[in-house]
Amino acid sequence: MSDIAMRPGAAPAMGARRTAGSLGDKLFEALCKGAGVLVLLTLGGIIVTLFIGALPAFRHFGLGFLVSTNWDPVEGREEFGAFISIFGTIVSSLLAIAFAVPVAFGIAYFLTELAPPWMRRPIGTAVELLAAIPSIIYGMWGLFVLVPFVQMNIQLAFGETLAAIPLVGFLFESRSFAGTSLFSAALVLAIMILPFIAATMRDVFEQVPPVYKESAYGLGATRWEVMRGVVIPYTRVSVVGGIMLGLGRALGETMAVTFVIGNANRMPQSIFDPSTTIASVIAMEFPESLAGSLQQSALFAIGFLLFIISFVVLATSRWLLRSRLKA
Amino acid sequence: MSASTLSHAPARDPAAARALGRRRSYMDRIITAFCLAATAIGLFFLASILATLLWRGLGALDWTVLSTDFRPTTYGDDTLPKGGLLHAIIGSLIQVSLATLVGTPIGLLVGTYLAEYARGSALGNAVRFVSDILLSAPSILIGLFIYQLVVLPMGGFSGIAGVFALAIIVIPVVVRTTEDMLQLIPNTLREAVIGLGAPKWKMIVLVCYKAALSGIVTGVLLAIARIAGETAPLLLTSFGNNVVSTDLGRAMASLPMSIYQQANSGFPDLIAIAWAGALLVTLGVLVINVIARVVLRKRT
Repeated sequence: MSDIAMRPGAAPAMGARRTAGSLGDKLFEALCKGAGVLVLLTLGGIIVTLFIGALPAFRHFGLGFLVSTNWDPVEGREEFGAFISIFGTIVSSLLAIAFAVPVAFGIAYFLTELAPPWMRRPIGTAVELLAAIPSIIYGMWGLFVLVPFVQMNIQLAFGETLAAIPLVGFLFESRSFAGTSLFSAALVLAIMILPFIAATMRDVFEQVPPVYKESAYGLGATRWEVMRGVVIPYTRVSVVGGIMLGLGRALGETMAVTFVIGNANRMPQSIFDPSTTIASVIAMEFPESLAGSLQQSALFAIGFLLFIISFVVLATSRWLLRSRLKA
Repeated sequence: MSASTLSHAPARDPAAARALGRRRSYMDRIITAFCLAATAIGLFFLASILATLLWRGLGALDWTVLSTDFRPTTYGDDTLPKGGLLHAIIGSLIQVSLATLVGTPIGLLVGTYLAEYARGSALGNAVRFVSDILLSAPSILIGLFIYQLVVLPMGGFSGIAGVFALAIIVIPVVVRTTEDMLQLIPNTLREAVIGLGAPKWKMIVLVCYKAALSGIVTGVLLAIARIAGETAPLLLTSFGNNVVSTDLGRAMASLPMSIYQQANSGFPDLIAIAWAGALLVTLGVLVINVIARVVLRKRT
C-alpha cells in the first residue's frame, strides 16, 4: 500500500481504472433497469392499444355492449355485443377446471406420495411435456380424434340418458350432433391446463415438512388421512393459486378452442351446443375485418375485456402463490 | 390419567372399531386407485396425441412436403402436383430465430436487473409481477397489440410484425429462468469477485453469467420451444403466405399458420400435409424441451 502511495505515477492510473469501472457499472445498471422498464411499458402498451382500438365500439354501444347477445358482422346491419363470447369463455374455462382439477390432484398425489421414487421423474416429465405441446396440435387432435369420439361415444351413446335426468337434463340435451361443442372445448382445455395445475400441486405438496406428515402417520393415520388432514390444509392456498393459474391459461387459449367449439354466435342452451369464446371470435373474424371498421373495434373491445378478466385471474393466482414464490 | 384412559378403552365396541378400521383402509385404497387412474388418464392423452401425430404425420411426410411450397388442390384430381411446407418451414425458421435474437438479450437484462439490482425494490417487484403476467397472458392479445403498433402503420401483415409478437413471448420466459438461475449463485462467489477489485458489471457478465450459463441456455431453449408452436399472435401479424418469401416487410408463412389453414381447408390432401407439419412442429418442440431438461440436469 505504502509503496503505491510513494510512487505518485501509479495513483492516477488506479483512480482512472476505478472511474472506468464505475462508469461501466452505471451503464450496465441503466441498461438492465431500462430493459425492466421496457417490460412494464409492454404491458402498459397492450392495455392502451387495446383500449384505443376498442373506443369506437364502446362509444357506439355503451354499457349495453357487455350484456347484448347480438353479434352480427354483416354489412349494413352491424350489431355487436360481448355477452355470448364472455359467457362461452367463462363457462368453457370453468368446465375445464372441473374436469382437470380432480385428475391433476390424482397425478400430484400419485407423484408425491404413492409412486416409487424411480417412477416419479419419468411420469412427472411426461405430464410436463403435455404442457409443451403447442395449442394448434391440441386443436387438430381435438378436431380429428376427440370430437368424433365425443360425437359417437358420448353424445350418441349417452345423450338421451343424460337429457332425461330430471331438473338438470336440459343442460345435456343434444340439438347439434356435430361434436363441436362447449363440452369438447372444455375437454381439450382440461387436458391443456392439466400439467400446469398438477405441477403446482406437486411442488406445494412436496413443500410440506415431513415432520408433520410423520407425526400423523405415527398416530396411525392412513395415507389418505395424512393427505386430507395434513397436506391439503397446509397447502390449500397454493393449491387454489395453481387452479387459478390453470383458469387464467384456459380463458385466453385460442387455437385449440377455435378448432373444437363450433364457433357459433348463439347462446348455448346445453353443454353439447356449439358456442364461442372471446379468443376464438378474434381468431375467426379479425383477419377478415377491415381496418378501422366497427367490427374490428368490437373485436378490440372483447380483447380488452379478455385482458381484464385474465389479468384479474392471473394476478389473484400469483398473490395466492406468493408463499411458494418466496420459497 | 393412564388409568382413566384405560377405563375408557373397553367401553368401545371392538366390532365397531374393526369396522371403522376397515372403512378407513377401504377409503385409502379407493383414493389410491383413483390416483392411479388419474395418472393413467394423463399419460393416455399424451400417448394418444403422439400416436395420432406419428400415425397420420409419418404417412404424409415425404421429401415433396419438405421441398415444395403450397400447391392448390381440387377434389378427386390426382394429376395436380403435390404441395408442401417449404415456405412455412423457412418462414418459421426466420421468425423464430429473429424473435429469439430480439427477445433473449432483453429477457437476460431484465432477469439480471431482478436478481442483481432490484432485490426488494418497488420497481423490481412491479417488473417481476408484470413479467409473470406476460408469461401467462393470452397470446392472441399480444397479436392485437402488435397489429396496432406495427401492422396498421406498415399498411399490412408482415414478417417483422410476427418477429416482434414472438419476441414479446420470449422475454418473460427468459426473465424467469435467468432470475432463478442467478439467484442460485452463492453470494460468496460474488463477494470473492468484488473482493478482487472487479466492478459489479464485470462480476455479472464474466462470472455470474458463466456460472448460470446452463440455466440461461435452458430458458432460451424453452422460449424457442414455446414460440415455435405459437399460432394465435401470427394470425394477426405475419398472417401467412403460400410461396417461399424471405421479405420481412410482407406477409410471411409459418408452420403453425400453414397447419391451421390447411387443416381447416376440407381437402384430404391438404389435411394430410397439415398432419405432416404438425408432426414436424411437435417433434421439434419436444426435442428442444428434452434437450433443455438434459442441459439443466447436468448442472444440478
